[in-house]
Amino acid sequence: MNRSVEQSNRRLTFKLVGVVVGMFIFAVYVMPPMYDLFCEVTGLNGKTGGRYQATESIVDTSRQITVQFVATNNESMPWSFKPQLQSIKVHPGEEVEVRYLATNPTSSPMVAQAVPSLVPFKAAQYFHKTECFCFNQQPLDGGESAELPLRFIVDQDVPKQVHTITLSYTLFDITDKLILASSDR
Amino acid sequence: MAHGPAKGFSRWLFTTNHKDIGTMYLWFSFAMFLMGGVFALVIRAELFEPGLQIVQPEFFNQMTTMHGLVMVFGAVMPAFVGLANWLIPMMIGAPDMALPRMNNWSFWILPFAFAMLSSTLLMDGGAPNFGWTFYAPLSTTYAPPSVTFFIFAVHIMGASSIMGAINIIATILNMRAPGMTLMKMPLFVWTWLITAYLLIAVMPVLAGVVTMMLMDIHFGTSFFDAAGGGDPVLFQHVFWFFGHPEVYIMILPAFGVVSQIIPTFARKPLFGYASMVYATSSIAFLSFIVWAHHMFTVGMPVAGELFFMYATMLIAVPTGVKVFNWVTTMFKGSMTFETPMLFSIAFVILFTIGGFSGLMLAIAPADFQYHDTYFVVAHFHYVLVPGAIFSIIAAVYYWLPKWCGNMYDETMGKTHFWLAFIGLNLTFFPMHFVGLAGMPRRIPDYALQFADFNMIASVGAFMFGAAQIMFLYNVIATIRGKHKATAEVWDNPEGLEWTVASPAPYHTFSTPPEVK
Repeated sequence: MNRSVEQSNRRLTFKLVGVVVGMFIFAVYVMPPMYDLFCEVTGLNGKTGGRYQATESIVDTSRQITVQFVATNNESMPWSFKPQLQSIKVHPGEEVEVRYLATNPTSSPMVAQAVPSLVPFKAAQYFHKTECFCFNQQPLDGGESAELPLRFIVDQDVPKQVHTITLSYTLFDITDKLILASSDR
Repeated sequence: MAHGPAKGFSRWLFTTNHKDIGTMYLWFSFAMFLMGGVFALVIRAELFEPGLQIVQPEFFNQMTTMHGLVMVFGAVMPAFVGLANWLIPMMIGAPDMALPRMNNWSFWILPFAFAMLSSTLLMDGGAPNFGWTFYAPLSTTYAPPSVTFFIFAVHIMGASSIMGAINIIATILNMRAPGMTLMKMPLFVWTWLITAYLLIAVMPVLAGVVTMMLMDIHFGTSFFDAAGGGDPVLFQHVFWFFGHPEVYIMILPAFGVVSQIIPTFARKPLFGYASMVYATSSIAFLSFIVWAHHMFTVGMPVAGELFFMYATMLIAVPTGVKVFNWVTTMFKGSMTFETPMLFSIAFVILFTIGGFSGLMLAIAPADFQYHDTYFVVAHFHYVLVPGAIFSIIAAVYYWLPKWCGNMYDETMGKTHFWLAFIGLNLTFFPMHFVGLAGMPRRIPDYALQFADFNMIASVGAFMFGAAQIMFLYNVIATIRGKHKATAEVWDNPEGLEWTVASPAPYHTFSTPPEVK
């Protein structure tokens, strides 16, 4: 094999290895954040955004939206977890506070994380939370109970065809996960 | 410099010769084909009758998983890399692959990857049992402990494929004989060039997705765990972003093989060479934007469903161009039906059937009915068995006389073909019916109304398996045989590989040939 072919083989190999490394980085470091961003912007998967800074706004009293609350335990999560209200009627622009009730019936301390999801998807970007227990992990000692607050505003621009929004929280047991994460550090 | 191969085992261990490495790849993939086949027969034996007879459901799940993994990564992909090693340098008039030492390495890490993967069968908790698509959280939260070995095995297989692909691209782009322009390359070389680009684009994504699994399992991250802010659906997106190009990685070289074989036995040049090249490239491009058709039921907005539905249906256009070209090549040709041609014609017909069931699955609203049923199993086995596997077998019959210098037994070859052809149709055709009637995939037991079709499928599967033993015997008998083949082997075949002697000398084209 002559010199120039060997050289161009080497150059090409480096370029192709570059593509390989680039695609690996793309898969691990770009795709997951891109997916989250995409879901948040479009409301796909019913993902709701983070903490919302409330601004002075006019309450639209001409409309009423029914917001329904759903609570689910993930697999073997033993906590009792339910909303205080099944549903509430709100005006767009109005800030409302509701509470969920959680009890840890076991004898040992546990940590939970609530993960929200909302239907219809197209309403997700018009549903703002100014305060939510889902922003934080929730520790509870054995036998302890807590009222978990949620403050939200339904945006005035919510599409006309939306009359009902269903907000669901799934409660995950993350006690083991925290132990695993802290033992690694 | 010695001109012949070294003696003994070190010849194979240290070889940098593309023909030796090609041979090792092909034997390795055949061994994996038999192993994956045994797993498949365990599945079919269990499904012979309703109820649990032979294996427990847990072991059944390990069998479906291992069958898929071994067939995809162990049988089909290495077989095509083996064919590429043997044929690409000879087809483009190069003395060897561009990076011969890396070539040796990319083969020799494979046996270790599969030793590691199959060793999980003996571990506590058993082998991976989450299906070859290893969806999270089945493969993370609920996985058996052996999942870590599975992850590292996938890493090694990926590294092997990536090195193989880089080597093939470098060989094709830099090592062509003078006068061999890109648009004069045989189609097998073209399809492999495009496949190699697909490989370097998506194998790192596969490595990425198993790495994320590894981190979730052992290092407390939450890529795919909703409790920590991740999302299991993300797994499916990343996996299928790899997975869809992957299915074209397994079929594009097959297109190349039949595009070499059909003109020889139709005694006409390939119809529409340029359109074949463009069609292959379009299929490769489209493969990156259709992945979500595997997951229509996860809850996508209508716009997403429609986009992925239309993009998927668009693939039928370039694929239709290819089928049209193969048929037109045969049209009014003076055809003969030697074994490679029989396998190639069966490829064209049965792959088209698989393509049509693919179109049915592409219809998003209808897919909700077919999703995760045996209809899907029937579809992908129709594109992979008479698609990828038949083309590999056709290639072996077609080029074996060139590789070992002896002619194979034609009668036995034809018998192999008919047994395999009837066996595979008996196995997979009834799966369409049970699938449409609602039989879910990946279950060890089923409702009574599916019993008859499943019994037929199991009989066909054992018939198909037995036919491959005949194939093995025929290949060994040919290598040891005395019936010498001529340099051309066939009636006026096209391509540089037929200008060298049979068997092909250990070193070919040390001085580049003149290509007009």
